Amino acid sequence: MNETRQGFGPLTRTGMAARAAQDVPEGWYVNLGIGIPTLIADYIPPEREVVVHSENGILGMGPAPPPHQQNPWLVNASTQRVSLRPGGAFVHHADSFAMVRGGHIDLCVLGGFQVAENGDLANWAHSPTETGRQIGGAMDLAVGAKRVWVVMEHTTKDGAARLLRRCSYPLTAAGCVSRVYTNLAVLEVTPKGFVVLDMVPGLDFADLQARTGAELHRA
Amino acid sequence: MIDKFVRSMAEAMAGIPDGATVMMPGFGEVGAPNALLEGLIEQGATDLTLVINSAGRMRVPGKPPNAVARLIDQGRVRKVITSFVRANSVAGDWVRDGRLQAEVIPQGTLAERIRAAGAGIPAFFTPTGAGTLIAEGKEVREYQGRPCILEEALPGDVALIEAWMADRWGNLTYRETGQNFNPIMAMAAKLTIVQTHNAVDLGMLPANAIHTPGIYVNRVLHLPVGDPVLPR
Repeated sequence: MNETRQGFGPLTRTGMAARAAQDVPEGWYVNLGIGIPTLIADYIPPEREVVVHSENGILGMGPAPPPHQQNPWLVNASTQRVSLRPGGAFVHHADSFAMVRGGHIDLCVLGGFQVAENGDLANWAHSPTETGRQIGGAMDLAVGAKRVWVVMEHTTKDGAARLLRRCSYPLTAAGCVSRVYTNLAVLEVTPKGFVVLDMVPGLDFADLQARTGAELHRA
Repeated sequence: MIDKFVRSMAEAMAGIPDGATVMMPGFGEVGAPNALLEGLIEQGATDLTLVINSAGRMRVPGKPPNAVARLIDQGRVRKVITSFVRANSVAGDWVRDGRLQAEVIPQGTLAERIRAAGAGIPAFFTPTGAGTLIAEGKEVREYQGRPCILEEALPGDVALIEAWMADRWGNLTYRETGQNFNPIMAMAAKLTIVQTHNAVDLGMLPANAIHTPGIYVNRVLHLPVGDPVLPR
């Protein structure tokens, strides 16, 4: 509410997904992580051929089918029912992760807790000692994909920065992130740190800097 | 005549000892050998190490815990080797209380350690996990300019497998995303036990379509259990 009064509108979850989808070119093999990244597939126009990989053994994943065409044997990494595009293939887990770890995936889009200006990503735990440990495929994807983008809210619910000089949470992988799509901006991770490529209308650079825990650079 | 079909669950589960490392495939209940897991619960082996992608679903009020959670809740699991432990789950409670060890590792490393065991590769280096908590205590070497950590093969004593079709030699096919960990766990265990939806005569499976050749399989139980039931 405050933000609206200040004259700019943060993107919604689907808005962030749609923004990232604009930048995925035809011909790429992409893996979309759980959460907002999964929504990106809905915003890639059907005529743009992008091959979606799902870690549980799908290459060429399609959208959720209508109820009468659902197949209980065909689920995505979030265990939602999905479809297979013409040309798609099923593989087992070691082959699925060979695609990832062998550097064959052009782009992986992950959710994040924190991203550092050196490209470090933290997205699986809030402390080294917590019981819940949900690594899943994130470490493999972060290291193995040719490029890693992160889609996340610019700050936490409490207003703490998620874009930082260094991550305070346990790392998923070091130096892996090349671009971040937040509800406020698109940022490139470069050798000099975060470079702002795009901001939501009405937000100025100083506003964005105030919500960021690392120095921002103009494009 | 080679005939790997067994006629009963008791026959399928015979000889699984206490202390065994049991491999359980499945991703979101698809390709999960749930009938064999019920058989294992009945059979009684304890002090088990489970190799399983996810150590159990989140608690959902009004829904009974799944078979893995029940096995843990009976105190029969010493350790899980997995890529997911949810805080709000039976496994999470047992880990928090110190009654269950959890080795939580990247999913691709889990798959590759299993594959390596089946393929006779005792260990390998991978960049996955380098510079993170999971690298602690592991040998690090630089390859192609990147730090890599030494990961060891992960063999099993027993694998419980869910197939779509099987013949008496133990040749198997799977459906859609039901492959997941099944083919590699079948390779990696000393005793590979299969539940199959369909039993077919030898020669009926097209040779080009066989996912798991019978060399990896010891016992097959024909159980047409129906489609996987998703938690939501």
